[in-house]
Amino acid sequence: MYKYDHYDQSIVDARVAEFRDQVERRLAGEITEDQFKPLRLQNGLYLQLHAYMLRVAIPYGTLNSGQMKMLAHIARTYDRDYGHFTTRQNIQYNWIQLDQTPDLLADLASVEMHAIQTSGNCIRNISSDQYAGAAADEVTDPRPWAELLRQWSTFHPEFAHLPRKFKFAVIASKEDRAAMRLHDIGIQLVRNDAGELGARFFVGGGMGRTPMIGPMVRDFVAADDLVSYAEACLRVYNRYGRRDNKYKARIKILVHELGKDEYIRQVEAEFEHIKTLNLDPPKAELERITAFFQDPDYDILASDDLDLCDPDFALWVEQNVKTHKQSGYAIVTISLKPIGGIPGDASSAQIDIMADLAKKYSFDELRVTHAQNIVLPHVKKSDLYALWQKLDEAGLATPNLDLISDIIACPGLDYCSLANARSIPVAQKIAQRFSDISKQKLLGELKLKISGCINACGHHHAGHIGILGVDRKGVENYQLSLGGSGAEDVSLAKITGPGFDEDGIVDAVEKATNVYLKEREGDERFVDTYRRVGMAPFKEALYD
Amino acid sequence: MTDIFSLRDDSPVSETPVSIEEFLGNSNATAVRIEVGEDARQLLPYLDRIALIQVSFPAFTDGRGYSAARILREAGYDGELRAQGDVLLDQIRYMHRCGFDSFAPEKPLNAEQVDIVLKRFDAVYQAAADQKNGGHQNPVWNLRHGN
Amino acid sequence: MKLLTGNDLKSGLVTWWTGKNWSINIEDAIDVGEDGAAILAAEQEAQRVNSAYIIDGDETSGAPRPGHIKDRVRALGPTVRPDLTLKPNDANAIDKVV
Ligand code: HEM
Ligand code: SF4
Repeated sequence: MYKYDHYDQSIVDARVAEFRDQVERRLAGEITEDQFKPLRLQNGLYLQLHAYMLRVAIPYGTLNSGQMKMLAHIARTYDRDYGHFTTRQNIQYNWIQLDQTPDLLADLASVEMHAIQTSGNCIRNISSDQYAGAAADEVTDPRPWAELLRQWSTFHPEFAHLPRKFKFAVIASKEDRAAMRLHDIGIQLVRNDAGELGARFFVGGGMGRTPMIGPMVRDFVAADDLVSYAEACLRVYNRYGRRDNKYKARIKILVHELGKDEYIRQVEAEFEHIKTLNLDPPKAELERITAFFQDPDYDILASDDLDLCDPDFALWVEQNVKTHKQSGYAIVTISLKPIGGIPGDASSAQIDIMADLAKKYSFDELRVTHAQNIVLPHVKKSDLYALWQKLDEAGLATPNLDLISDIIACPGLDYCSLANARSIPVAQKIAQRFSDISKQKLLGELKLKISGCINACGHHHAGHIGILGVDRKGVENYQLSLGGSGAEDVSLAKITGPGFDEDGIVDAVEKATNVYLKEREGDERFVDTYRRVGMAPFKEALYD
Repeated sequence: MTDIFSLRDDSPVSETPVSIEEFLGNSNATAVRIEVGEDARQLLPYLDRIALIQVSFPAFTDGRGYSAARILREAGYDGELRAQGDVLLDQIRYMHRCGFDSFAPEKPLNAEQVDIVLKRFDAVYQAAADQKNGGHQNPVWNLRHGN
Repeated sequence: MKLLTGNDLKSGLVTWWTGKNWSINIEDAIDVGEDGAAILAAEQEAQRVNSAYIIDGDETSGAPRPGHIKDRVRALGPTVRPDLTLKPNDANAIDKVV
């Protein structure tokens, strides 16, 4: 894992001091809320329905047990004993006091963490593949590249007031576990014919009210050009992105309105110019960062044997444990989706337990996934049973990864001031309806995603089944959509028709799954069947 | 008129800047104003006869002026580069890093606070337009490798 | 009735205008009638509360009740965490929100 040097630490420490000063000026009335708002937002501090909410960055979703313990400490000390892991691989706290934020940030800084650029119209936390460094199908570990971009984008002076927020994702596998094409810039690391690593750039994806899949704008950007090319992409956007209407301000709209080819032409021209300025880091910098992401000290003699005679354990292994690139090891996903629970929420005690287990069983490393779960990336197979027992004791062994109850849900109207409807109760009711695990397994991989409003924080456009909360004359109402995907088979879901009330939407989901069970052929997943048979049979079942 | 807050050694240009359109239409002006949405590159052929370029910030949230400033500095402009309008303490550092060296804020700035803000961070991650003046803003990825 | 609400500058907690001051309990809220805008302007100066706004409500159940579900959630707390609401012991509190 990356470790700060004194430069990194001094920047984060200075940021704490700066924010302390800004908070003091705000509390003293020297700056107005209008002036303070963008400052606090650039530091992840929102005003939400009930209180201030703080979003803490977890760069590319990777953290060590000490950092995880700090997240628990913050939940206990400054919040109400829990946190919410988000689709952006961050954690949010819902009950933060403004006057305590500087101390909180100082605590975070003591473990090399921060809330820098976790909101506001700037380059946000860079997300990545939660299996990075452990996946068998990656061409390289994407995190060194993500870390380089993290540093480049931190307090970037030209891009601090973009037309709108800006999100990067970096992956290095064919399988896309990070919804890469639904980001403002999605980067896929690839090897060219000469065997060199480079970055394939997709620009202008996103969700929100106008979901778009990012087109490829360059199939290979060499490591030495990465920063210059990213600067060019951003500069064209900063200069020409729309600022007249915040719903049209994302880069996807610029790329769409200019046309991909014209956007590419402008970026290439800017890149050619920027390349002459010698802005790229020295080669040695990516090498320096890469050295932090060396493989842990695997026991190469570790056995692949597993005793699966405990059926509950076997169930969990089958669902939540994935192949590791190193024989004798496995990737474990800890589900934060207990049936009837709040997707992505974890108590400080649970966060502590996960930290301890990571220390004991996963070379001190954890990951946050965009599906709001936690990953222990490097677990020895011979430790799986002991690990599972401890998870089970803590209520953290729900065997539902990628099943219908592994729901992504945004905070919705229970917490979010922009919401139209509540998301969490809908997630809870659906999970309860399908609580029987054999029923879930019968349905197989089924990604259900819920957003409480059109902003789409819950990725509903990318759900095999998506649910969107709307406000129908002051009453919560839910639209159903089908056929989306955020993975390598990326697609945008289509709305089935008129919306449903809270109980109606749960019935509708069940009806849709029944259509699938009836229509499916071979080992088709829900989304495959939908793609083959189309909307008609689903509509018929839903609206007759 | 608002007070000019300058970080330059010479005194602020007193000439009132003209619009780009006026400037390009055969004027003798040596001071030009760039409004948001205007292309700073239009001025590149004339940089050696310009003493002041003023970039407007109608709202501090409109960041187009940052790109304008860098583009001018990247092209070698070393005259006064003034940020005018909704210029606030907390943006000064970014502005300075993009090459602004004078400020015409709507609400006056406190010199002491500006000084604190400019000195707050002694390390920066990325290269920008401020590398030339003073050299102290060499990005850490250069410093780390002795460059 | 018209209610005036915002979030406390320091704690961020939801607050209601009581005639002189702000309270986190909606039961303390008064009907601001036509005076909302004037109070809002004065309070904006005082900077004790953020993002204050005026909402419609009624008092038919005996206590002030916001007209929109969003402000009813604000008045109580998250419906999915009864333990964290202002009425953790009132089993019906959440049903009254919806
Ligand atoms: C509770 C406070 C939150 C607020 C005020 C908020 C606000 C927004 C807004 C306004 C958008 C639309 C941006 C646009 O279309 O231009 C958006 C998109 C998004 N947000 Fe949130 N959000 C919140 C929480 C979350 C949470 C909890 C997550 C993760 C679970 C999240 C992840 C995302 C994602 C993934 C998108 C869609 C992708 C995109 O278009 O950027 N947000 N959010
Ligand atoms: S989708 Fe809407 S309701 Fe949900 S968190 Fe985002 S802004 Fe809030």
